[in-house]
Amino acid sequence: MRVALQVTCVNDAMFPDTGKAVVRLLRRLGVDVDFPRAQTCCGQPMVNTGYLDEAVPVVRTFVDAFAGYDAIVTPSGSCAGSARHQHSIVAERSGDAVLQAAVAETGPRTYELSEFLVDVLGVTDVGAYFPHRVTYHPTCHSLRMLGVGDRPQRLLEAVRGLTLVDLPHATECCGFGGTFALKNADTSVAMGADKARHVRDTGAEVLVAGDNSCLMHIGGMLSRQRAGVRVMHLAEILASTEETEGESDGPVVGERAGDLA
Amino acid sequence: MSGTFVGMPAFPTAARAALGNTQLRRNLAHATHTIRDKRAQVVGEVEEWEALRLAGAGVKEAALRDLATHLETLEESLIRAGAVVHWARDAEEACEIVAQVAKSHQVDEVVKVKSMATLEIGLNDHLEREGIAAWETDLAELIVQLGDDLPSHILVPAIHRNRAEIREIFRTRMAASGRPAPDDLSDDPAALAGAAREHMREKFLRAKVAVSGANFAVADTGTLVVVESEGNGRMCLTLPEVLISVVGIEKVVATWSDLDPMLRLLPRSSTGERMNPYTSTWSGVHPGDGPQEVHVVLLDNGRTRALADDVGRQALRCIRCSACLNVCPVYERTGGHAYGSVYPGPIGAILNPLLKGVSDEQTASLPYASSLCGACFEVCPVRIDIPSVLVDQRAAVVDSHRDDRRPKAEAVAMKAAAWAFSDSRRLAWAERASGLAGRVMSRFSRTTLPGGRAAAGRLPGPAAGWTGARDLPAPPEESFRAWWDRTDGGQFGEGR
Amino acid sequence: MTSARDEILRRVRSALDGVSPAVAVPPAPRAPDRGDLVALFVERVEDYRAEVTRCTPAELDGLVAEVLNGAQAVVPPGLGLDVAGSVVDHGLTSIELDGIDAVVTRAAVGIAETGTIVLDHQPDQGRRVISLVPDLHVCIVDSSQVVADVPDAIALLDPARPLTWISGPSATSDIELDRVEGVHGPRTLHVVVVA
Ligand code: SF4
Repeated sequence: MRVALQVTCVNDAMFPDTGKAVVRLLRRLGVDVDFPRAQTCCGQPMVNTGYLDEAVPVVRTFVDAFAGYDAIVTPSGSCAGSARHQHSIVAERSGDAVLQAAVAETGPRTYELSEFLVDVLGVTDVGAYFPHRVTYHPTCHSLRMLGVGDRPQRLLEAVRGLTLVDLPHATECCGFGGTFALKNADTSVAMGADKARHVRDTGAEVLVAGDNSCLMHIGGMLSRQRAGVRVMHLAEILASTEETEGESDGPVVGERAGDLA
Repeated sequence: MSGTFVGMPAFPTAARAALGNTQLRRNLAHATHTIRDKRAQVVGEVEEWEALRLAGAGVKEAALRDLATHLETLEESLIRAGAVVHWARDAEEACEIVAQVAKSHQVDEVVKVKSMATLEIGLNDHLEREGIAAWETDLAELIVQLGDDLPSHILVPAIHRNRAEIREIFRTRMAASGRPAPDDLSDDPAALAGAAREHMREKFLRAKVAVSGANFAVADTGTLVVVESEGNGRMCLTLPEVLISVVGIEKVVATWSDLDPMLRLLPRSSTGERMNPYTSTWSGVHPGDGPQEVHVVLLDNGRTRALADDVGRQALRCIRCSACLNVCPVYERTGGHAYGSVYPGPIGAILNPLLKGVSDEQTASLPYASSLCGACFEVCPVRIDIPSVLVDQRAAVVDSHRDDRRPKAEAVAMKAAAWAFSDSRRLAWAERASGLAGRVMSRFSRTTLPGGRAAAGRLPGPAAGWTGARDLPAPPEESFRAWWDRTDGGQFGEGR
Repeated sequence: MTSARDEILRRVRSALDGVSPAVAVPPAPRAPDRGDLVALFVERVEDYRAEVTRCTPAELDGLVAEVLNGAQAVVPPGLGLDVAGSVVDHGLTSIELDGIDAVVTRAAVGIAETGTIVLDHQPDQGRRVISLVPDLHVCIVDSSQVVADVPDAIALLDPARPLTWISGPSATSDIELDRVEGVHGPRTLHVVVVA
């Protein structure tokens, strides 16, 4: 099986550790994952803001970059949702029958990480070790657009050492919403404030989710509040083992100070 | 009389003001969570709910796609049943028809059943200008009308008011328009409902003309349906001599049996009940029972505009249950007034631009008043894919500005992003620039995220929107792409 | 000048130009088998905080008198039951009705799933207004009239008649979205199920 990583533009530029974690995790599970160099972005920022014409070349880049792979794995519910549900809108707009056909054929090959692990590889215990108290926020697109259901929880429950606590009002949106976070910053922050409060109420050390953009929003609020809760992508927890855990004094997140020195 | 939405600012500005209203926030959070739980419970009782939704969506979609035929059938059936049928292209025409009928009976007042269509056309203000008082008889509408307020919810227009505020409105305002509230009125909801009963009763008993809307209009039988709770609807539909119903053309269903999925879907989605207390159906004039002069005004007012929109057409399936408002995280926090329309919340965010177009700034701001979380679509009993229509309406807004001489900053940014995202080499170049910025930030920033990553606190300029309340992680010095190149996908060098 | 009618119909047709009117409408699902319908009906009516009493045909007269407890009632001309001290409606005005405490009617259909009674205002139920203005509504339902769910009721009912579907006493959720009983319609609904 030829498997491609769609790392997503946000992870590529802002959260490379998530991409590295996916690579490490999939290799550990025996998957030889490739990173098609021509990939850029799924086009969602343009589509969700209403710039459909602008999204056409981006979607074209997407389908070209991932042509020929059996599975496209992405650590983002939102980007998987974009490929599966929005690319057809863009392709329709382009009036290009070739693009429409390519999109129709690429979407179904695109999997969000937890879907790929559980449905395609058939694993829930990925051999991870993460001895921390964790709560999980199901992001809206993974929950409602993709319907990943309880796959992420099943994966987390199988992680050794991990204590998973329920997040109150878990299914409520965190308020990120792409450009919504900027265009309606006040409402976005009001929603995020409630989400952050529910996270704090769990007493968890770590908030985990399948989308770094939502985590950047909630984590940015928790950080501003000095709440003492860090955010981590699901992939990073699933990639953790006894070995990596021993190397640091806590969960690995972000670019750490000494990483590249 | 009640206020007006004319001149409302765009959503972000209106929302900012609403978000600062602590009592509003508390009232809305309480009310929306109460109704959410009730809905979830009675919907959970119906094992075949999804099949029922599909049937409901199908009934409405089928009616819309052959609307001209059904409207002609409806007209025929109504006339056969003794009703007078009028057609109104827009709000002005509809108001004029109602006013003419009322005037022909020499009345200076009418009683009204809550109706979104008559709110939409601003009927009360029009009648007032013609010297006719329009008494709202629904409890929540009464609260809004007495309080010189604006509706903020489809089902419960006074959802933004709590019991203490309602008591105050009744105590200070009821006397001016009829029977005053009792001196010892408490804020117990039952007592407040009792005061409304006493206040309205005299108006019901003397009214000659009533105005209603309709939840459904059945084409093949000429039957109108009003779904309600309090009995004020029954009063208006039964007691007066003359009944005028203003009905949006999208309310048509083809046949009597089509009411089945609708009457099962609506109450559970709306008030969270297995069935609402009262549903009235009537077909024209029933000799010896109820109004003996029955008028029906079929209203367009932008509906044909929405009908022509291939993506947006589905919004006309809406049965105004307001489930989408009740689950919407944006609505829950801003309330309905911020939407500047009688149709607030997720459905308002698509329906207003579909009915009116996006040429004014306020309406153009509505499709963006959503995080696209999808909770609305999940609960909508007629499966309106609101997030998709929101995105499509955003595209309509963007397209309406494509010929602007000076493009908006956002348009410039999106074009630049599209340019970078169209070629991975350009993206790699942009990432190197951002890595440089990250290096600078990491060196000088004193803020770190929990876990140790450098971050920016409050920043000026365009970043202020984000960093006003949220720390922003510093860009990493090396992108994923650069790492993959340097380590050959983690095979060599620093592999982790 | 074109009429509003022609103009609207023209707009509708042009809006739908090229749109296929054929839509596959999936049939509405049937309700699952609920077993004893009358028992379910009674339970669901009670859920609305309406009062429900079951009785035999022989007990009906006495029971209705007991429920009325001396209150004066208006009755439709075809009720087919002797109610002591009642006024038969032969076109009472609303004002006159406002002075009467109670109304006794029969019903057309009872819906078990939703606890609804439907009146089609035949002579045993009377004009719509009589079951609306008085504050106590005593409604007699024969157990043979109880159907399973909404679709069964719709199939039985005649849309040419005015219909009133009643589910519990008048109520509102307009204050903080909490249901309270008793607004404009009858504040007490007493359903008598005869079997
Ligand atoms: S859009 Fe759907 S959920 Fe919202 S009010 Fe209309 S029918 Fe109800």
